[in-house]
Amino acid sequence: MRAARLRFTGLFWRHRWAKALLLLAPPLLAFALVYLAALVALFLSSFWTVNAFTSEVQHIWNLDNYRLLWDQGAYHKIALRTIGIAAAVTVADAILAFPLGYFMARVAGGRSRAFIFVAVLLPLWSSYLIRVYIWQLILAHDGVLNWSLEKVGLPAANIGYTNWAVWLIFTYIWLPFMILPVYGALERVPDSFLEASRDLGAGGWTTFRRVLLPLALPGVVAGSIFTFSLTLGDYITPLLAGGASSQFIGNVVYDSIGSQQTPFAAAFAVVPLAVMGAYLLIARRLGAFEAL
Amino acid sequence: MRKHTRRFVLLAAVTAALCVPASGVSAGSGLPTKIGKGEGQLNLIAWEGYTQKQWVKPFQQKTGCIVHATYAGTSDDMVTKMRSGGGTQYDGVSASGDASLRLIYGGDVAKVNPKLIPSFKDFIPALKSPPHNTIKGVHYGISLQWGPNTLLWNTKKVKPAPKSWSTIYSKKYRGKITVPDNPIQIADAALYLSKAKPSLHIKDPYELTQTQFNAAINLLKRQKPLIKKYWALASAEINLFKSGDAVIGASWPYQTNTLKADKVHVKDEIPKEGATGWADTWMMSSHARHPNCMYKWMAWVSTPKVQAEQAIYFGETPANTKACAVMNKLSPGSAKQYHCGASKKYFDSIKFWKTPIAKCDNGRNNCVDYPRWQQAWTEMKG
Repeated sequence: MRAARLRFTGLFWRHRWAKALLLLAPPLLAFALVYLAALVALFLSSFWTVNAFTSEVQHIWNLDNYRLLWDQGAYHKIALRTIGIAAAVTVADAILAFPLGYFMARVAGGRSRAFIFVAVLLPLWSSYLIRVYIWQLILAHDGVLNWSLEKVGLPAANIGYTNWAVWLIFTYIWLPFMILPVYGALERVPDSFLEASRDLGAGGWTTFRRVLLPLALPGVVAGSIFTFSLTLGDYITPLLAGGASSQFIGNVVYDSIGSQQTPFAAAFAVVPLAVMGAYLLIARRLGAFEAL
Repeated sequence: MRKHTRRFVLLAAVTAALCVPASGVSAGSGLPTKIGKGEGQLNLIAWEGYTQKQWVKPFQQKTGCIVHATYAGTSDDMVTKMRSGGGTQYDGVSASGDASLRLIYGGDVAKVNPKLIPSFKDFIPALKSPPHNTIKGVHYGISLQWGPNTLLWNTKKVKPAPKSWSTIYSKKYRGKITVPDNPIQIADAALYLSKAKPSLHIKDPYELTQTQFNAAINLLKRQKPLIKKYWALASAEINLFKSGDAVIGASWPYQTNTLKADKVHVKDEIPKEGATGWADTWMMSSHARHPNCMYKWMAWVSTPKVQAEQAIYFGETPANTKACAVMNKLSPGSAKQYHCGASKKYFDSIKFWKTPIAKCDNGRNNCVDYPRWQQAWTEMKG
């Protein structure tokens, strides 16, 4: 028994790769089977077609789905809307997260920092749906927002069920995913750099622009990967809080699957994949992966 | 490293190939001659309001079949859900006429024996073997209820009371209109055009030539800027009317009843152009894991009392003629209100949902089929 164990450990000692293989096999296998296989299946099925009456998928290879995406202006509009709102959400989150991250990293003491941390993360404990529905209540025609505006004598803001509502809710929901990497990046900027900048005669704005921002940029880009990709793939917020012109790529995918047009859904789902791939390449250039 | 990558890609491709779903399912063979012992569970896909506690609870007590119901928002949704998990996930579905034929020809639903449903003999003749659930004398389900899609409005905000579907296409209530997020809504536009623009010669709103179809889509495109929101679930429309975000829209009587119960000032009517509507059928999956419970369910919802309860709750017309008396007992005047035991003339005046296919009634293949309806709907909204 002991001998067998020794031989076993000996094997690992002599062949280091065996140990590595044993450790890495489960996650790699899961990655290959669950993730890559799903992507391959998605990609392959985007070249298939559907029987018009029974809606069954037929394995006839063709480019019709992609041609449809290319020819129809409506799909360009939907893709641009999705990417545009994802970008707007990312910018808004970066602007909101920077001062907060700065305060947490460089101004706040241990206690207030812990408090802000909890405050930032607390919304993540409640369900995504609950948070969207709460915003719906706030923004509705007879909601909290209009009620408050009326009380102070301002005209009603009818942003419920519009793209403004979608943008606002996304900005709120994904904000923690921006704050954390920005905070991490700002914390890593040495105090001496800022002092040196000041000693050399730079004002607050110049120090921010030429020292702090470039050093914290990888954190912002890392956060933007989350906010951008999460918005890009979402369909629930546009569905619940959006108006008549709030369709996202995700909504078309959802509707197409609902109407049995799985191959077309797969083809449209390739679009955000490509966008995200390009985005990640740019993000890597900007050093975001070191800040993750 | 390169070699490893290639091997993974190969592995992934093989796995992907294995994941490809097998297509084509066989229909159930051989009709049962009696209902056996219940399996204890029943998984249903239903329209919102079709599986209320009021009649589900006594069913569970009587049969021991515990009902698990999932709501669907559209007929497309129902077809998708029925096919999920190879058709074994759900035992039955309350399919409307635009889903039932797709389910039958897709092999997703089983033949059923109406002799096992005692109340079947009391059904109105038009719903015993209707073309949407009976093919060449073979029954693929038991008819349930039917009714019209209505025009719903807030009586405080919409004055005078609208008489025509034109109200939801006019600028007067811009930004306060809501219609279903459902490709079959194109038929509503076509029905309106069949009266408003006789030159298009629209006879059947589900059988549209390309020209007629384009006219309907153009009408919907012009309507889009007026729409507050396309609703996907009945509850979403209820919320829109409650909050005041919408004051007029296309609806089902269910929303009217729910809103009235919540003291919202609403009214609904069939406008002068007539209405589209639904005739629903409980259908059993061809791979049902609880077929006995499903038969017991179909028998239960066909009984006069349950038919009456559901008719009043949802605001629709029961298939069982014996339900009319019960309706009046439960809520005086309700039988007349919901056209219980209505004449064939009224029944025929409603344009029931059906799946648009390329072959028109005139035998020519020049109609626009349903996948193109779905596509046009998505593009119109985009």
